[in-house]
Amino acid sequence: MQQDRGALKSRGMASLWEYANPKRFMQVSAVLLPWMAGLSALCLVVGLVWGFFFTPDDFRQGSTVKIIYLHVPSALMAINAWLMMLVTSLIWLIRRHHVSALAARAAAPVGLVMTVIALATGAIWGQPMWGTWWAWDPRLTSFLILGLFYLGYIALWEAVENADTAADLTSVLCLVGSVFAVLSRYAVLFWNQGLHQGASLSLDKEENVADVFYHPLLVSIAGFVLLFVALVLLRTRTEIRQRRLQALLNRERMA
Amino acid sequence: MIALLRRDLAIATRAGGGFGLGLAFFLVVVVLVPFGVGPETSVLTRIAPGVLWIGALLACLLSLDRMFALDYEDGSLDLLATAPIPLEGVVAVKALAHWLTTGLPLTLMAPLLAVLLNLPPQGFVWLVVSLALGTPALSVIGAFGAALTVGLRRGGLLLSLLVLPLYVPTLIFGAEAARRGAEGMEAGTPLALLTGISLGCAALMPFAAAAALRVNLR
Amino acid sequence: MMPDLGKYAAEVAAAYIVSIVLIAGLVWASLRRGAKVRAELRRVEARRGRSDG
Repeated sequence: MQQDRGALKSRGMASLWEYANPKRFMQVSAVLLPWMAGLSALCLVVGLVWGFFFTPDDFRQGSTVKIIYLHVPSALMAINAWLMMLVTSLIWLIRRHHVSALAARAAAPVGLVMTVIALATGAIWGQPMWGTWWAWDPRLTSFLILGLFYLGYIALWEAVENADTAADLTSVLCLVGSVFAVLSRYAVLFWNQGLHQGASLSLDKEENVADVFYHPLLVSIAGFVLLFVALVLLRTRTEIRQRRLQALLNRERMA
Repeated sequence: MIALLRRDLAIATRAGGGFGLGLAFFLVVVVLVPFGVGPETSVLTRIAPGVLWIGALLACLLSLDRMFALDYEDGSLDLLATAPIPLEGVVAVKALAHWLTTGLPLTLMAPLLAVLLNLPPQGFVWLVVSLALGTPALSVIGAFGAALTVGLRRGGLLLSLLVLPLYVPTLIFGAEAARRGAEGMEAGTPLALLTGISLGCAALMPFAAAAALRVNLR
Repeated sequence: MMPDLGKYAAEVAAAYIVSIVLIAGLVWASLRRGAKVRAELRRVEARRGRSDG
């Protein structure tokens, strides 16, 4: 009896499951999104205004040190966005939660823009400091390669028509790409020792960046993190709506 | 599996299979380089290992999209997927066939083209060794890219976009080994790393490629 | 109002402008696509609601 009902309802249940999770996500994200957007705007404005107007010049780098408030957070988010895509891709492959795959798709363009910002601000900073816009330095090169991975990932999403197939293929690409991104990182280190200073931020070394620069930097990083979260929420909501729209149109065509 | 290998080799080498195209492409790229950078032998000597590696890599890329496309179109890939041999094995055999028809000939032809670029004599051995060790990785990584894009219209362009970033480590170690060899430096470390990449790719990439193929055949 | 940026004023200003333009562009594109898809979905849902009765 129970089984019969299950069999009868299996089609209905499948679509119900498909919507159960996204529905919950839509509810939660609708509440979260304004907060995240507001907080990120606040942090970004405070961090960047503080950094731009109220920090002293560095004795060596002059006023170009102010670029750090854009460069470091965007570089951080460029890598973290890929990590998030890796995690959500794994969740999709293992647990088949649709929201997860769509969140990975939503994050990719944000990560790409962050990579571009990191590269652009780095180039603008490098021109007066190193005397060149671009050097084939390991860190710069790794970021360029990361940008290429983002491009390929986004292009694959766009090229595959069936949404589930696209989610599967891009997830596999993301996994393989992560391995190769790490490989490339070490290969590039082997290939050329660089100009770039070590990490500006680490937990054990307080003296890396002086406090005057450190505090606005933290605010700015918080702003970028929140901006990323807000954008991913917004874009994932759009992707979910897009999927639902597609499903409705398909059903209409069938009828 | 042997039968599959033999069949793939036959398809690639028969008329219209595009066996010679990759080699011709390699030749043309290498011939074009001096027109681009000028005929000074000192410059050509210095860039020869890198140019030969990039030429081989691009020639390899050229024939990738045919690796699964023909079988996908006529439906024999579906048969292979349900055949008793695992799909991973099919991928490995197809990558091997691709290497035998592209990577291996490219490796053998590279010394001839190296003459055109004035590669110093002590560099020839290292060039051939590095290509022989590195091109299998190119074929296997390419198989993954081809598996991802098999069902797509205009998959060829996307394939290049996906595969080229994956080629970065192989290219770095391969070209570095060839360059060090040509300059008479010790080339063992990059060669060892290159071999590591080839072996690692040959062991793991068939699984990723087979997973992508299964998704595309669904 | 404007802090003294010394000889690197152009670089610093350029970095800020480029970044802000890129972020604004990304936010704008996300919002626009969001609004578009939302409107489209609402339209189709309304139509279906009618036809389903």
